Amino acid sequence: MGPEILSDISFDIPPRSFQFLSGPSGAGKTTLLRLLFLSLKPTRGLITAFGRDRARLAPRDLPAIRRRIGVVFQDFRLLDHMTTYENVALPLRVRGREEASYRSDVVELLKWVGLGDRMHVLPPVLSGGEKQRAAIARALIEQPEILLADEPTGNVDPPLARRLLRLFIELNKLGTAVVIATHDLGLMEQVDARRMILSNSRLEVYD
Amino acid sequence: MTDAAEIQTTAPPRREVAQRPQQPIVPSQTVSGNALVLVIAIMSFLSCLTLGTVALIRDSASVWQSQISREATIQIKPIDGVDMEAALASAQRVASGFAGVREAKIVDAEATARLLSPWLGEGIDLKELPVPRLVIVTIDENAPPDFAAMRSMLAAEIKGASLDDHRTWVDRLVSMGRTTVIIGLVALALMLTATVLTVIFATRGAMVGNGQIIEVLHFVGADSSYIAREFRRHFLRTGIKGATGGGALAVLIFLTLGWWTSRNLATPQADQAIALFGDFTIGLSGYVGIAIVIVAVAALTALTSHLTVIAYLHDIEMPGRES
Repeated sequence: MGPEILSDISFDIPPRSFQFLSGPSGAGKTTLLRLLFLSLKPTRGLITAFGRDRARLAPRDLPAIRRRIGVVFQDFRLLDHMTTYENVALPLRVRGREEASYRSDVVELLKWVGLGDRMHVLPPVLSGGEKQRAAIARALIEQPEILLADEPTGNVDPPLARRLLRLFIELNKLGTAVVIATHDLGLMEQVDARRMILSNSRLEVYD
Repeated sequence: MTDAAEIQTTAPPRREVAQRPQQPIVPSQTVSGNALVLVIAIMSFLSCLTLGTVALIRDSASVWQSQISREATIQIKPIDGVDMEAALASAQRVASGFAGVREAKIVDAEATARLLSPWLGEGIDLKELPVPRLVIVTIDENAPPDFAAMRSMLAAEIKGASLDDHRTWVDRLVSMGRTTVIIGLVALALMLTATVLTVIFATRGAMVGNGQIIEVLHFVGADSSYIAREFRRHFLRTGIKGATGGGALAVLIFLTLGWWTSRNLATPQADQAIALFGDFTIGLSGYVGIAIVIVAVAALTALTSHLTVIAYLHDIEMPGRES
């Protein structure tokens, strides 16, 4: 077993809350986000998601819980052979839903993030900002209760970063708890929100 | 959403949503995917070719054996004072009296002369030469006569008569046939092992580029079984495409060879080929074998992709893997 990346950490993500998760590179932000997404098993410790103990969850129960959590990656993770529309619809498609049942929802969401005219374009021809908005739309299509964003503004210029941040704030106002992992202090200064700082495997929370 | 509106682009209006069929989750046309089809096709072709050849050799070996053992020969050496024709008739009668003999046929003087013509030339008079004469005994392969009893009775009743049941030849041919089939089976085993390993590694190679797709599906909340099924289905199609192509080509080759030999009957080349390999038909068991190879290769491709996906998903959940 390797060194402990995170230890003695205790916190919760309240419903409808907005927080930044920060810390130097390599501090374990991504690991913590993956633990929150239940994509990683902690070597020890307790993680409770929506009132259920992660250690007691059977693997087949995990996808249903993961669907209540949206994830946005710094590198977007869009599938290059699918259009923007298909990428955003992917979470619904993998659940086996008929396309007719979600088509209008996807189109509406794409318009909401400003990609109404780009829905039939393949990701390689999208700009960085468009890709990030497509990734955010994909994370939101199932109306998650929590949105986890890993360095969502890492690949965009400052003006676009501010616009994306306002998109997250808007989403939060609509009822989704938001966790943004970033080491961009400028971004954090724009919003008076809860800050969780990871350093030396420890987490300090500033409400 | 004002921000969103601000950053909208001015792309021209596109087609209506969903007029275009949805792309498969696993992209169908990729360079590595096409290479995999080709690799599977080549390995299936070689495996089916080996399998067909082994089936051909096995059938030919059993044909050589049965054709020889179907006959025995009584040879009567000319001895002074013995009437050859009477001796031949006696030998025919003795042989016919045994159970398990279907027919005993005297090779007449004319036929004997024909047999000897390559050495002695045309128009020879057998009466002037001390040439042995033959009686061909056709036997029932399933219930052969008692050769020992026949041999002793012939020796007792007819001077100069001996029975050749071709045992030495048959034994040699049987052992040669068996050796050839064993060599063929070893070659087939090596070929199938090479095919299995090549298909496994080529499939895993083609899966490398799909790591991101597996991760994305995982992160959008897809069940492991759903992800595995999508890949399994895709790679099963790839396997079927490649294996069917390779197998069909092998079958085509056997059919073409069969057609060629039937079209060229009585030519020296075809005679030589037919003598060795029969009429180049690999029989039902050969075709069944080829079908099994095709199905097994396709199933192996699907299984490898399935196991790779499961291993990849298991890896994602391992601590210490920063994504």
